[in-house]
Amino acid sequence: MNEEIKVDKTLDLKGLPCPMPILKTSRGIKEVEIGQVIEVLSTDPGSLSDFPSWTRSSGNELLKTDQSGEVTKFYIKRLV
Amino acid sequence: MQNIEAQIEELKSQISAMDKQIPSNKISMIVFSGDMDKVLAAFVIATGAVAMGMEVVMFFTFWGTPILRDKNKKAGGKDTMGKMFGAMLPKGTCEVKLSKMNMGGMGTAMMKSLMKKKNVASLDQMIEMAQEFGVQIYVCEMSMDLMGFKREEMIDYAQMSYCGVATFLEQAKDSRIQLFI
Repeated sequence: MNEEIKVDKTLDLKGLPCPMPILKTSRGIKEVEIGQVIEVLSTDPGSLSDFPSWTRSSGNELLKTDQSGEVTKFYIKRLV
Repeated sequence: MQNIEAQIEELKSQISAMDKQIPSNKISMIVFSGDMDKVLAAFVIATGAVAMGMEVVMFFTFWGTPILRDKNKKAGGKDTMGKMFGAMLPKGTCEVKLSKMNMGGMGTAMMKSLMKKKNVASLDQMIEMAQEFGVQIYVCEMSMDLMGFKREEMIDYAQMSYCGVATFLEQAKDSRIQLFI
């Protein structure tokens, strides 16, 4: 899983606690076309379980979660 | 062959009847409490549900009703009881208290400053967010009447209307999730 993911838009949601990350993401993902990918930066610990739930419920795809730094990066492909 | 066609027709009509019984992707909430923490939780769930792609309706009744009053608005023509209730009950979000650890208002003030520090959205911000996300708010007509509230003293909220219990039940029947807060 080392291939580069092409990011079409980045949402910087650092410092925002629940429920803001998913609220802003549900809005922000509408700004890219279907099939494009957004990168979400979050420092909210709840995001780790929230983004898998949100993508499953909203019908989008969570391509990758990068926890390597202080900021967690989520790569989400817009499917709907 | 004709028999099979008749059977298919019957199945079709049965399926469409069953379709009507399946609840929509909707959540209905009764906001009965007037406590700051509980109402905040209700709005977090409401806006979260919209983000998850759900339709959301909130019904404000009893102690939840005064939260939707606008502190800058005044309503005339109230009787003595109405004036009394109007003065005693919170006038909007800024006067609501925590359900626990209020400690004469100190606890609530501490919680508010902590929320600000931790970037947690205030009740006002959550209501604004809910409006932006299209959360439907219904206000119980009976509570309004009982407490002597007038419509002109309520907040400006695009998707707000007034109703009775049947409106809630119709929505709740058609919802996958129903909460009483």
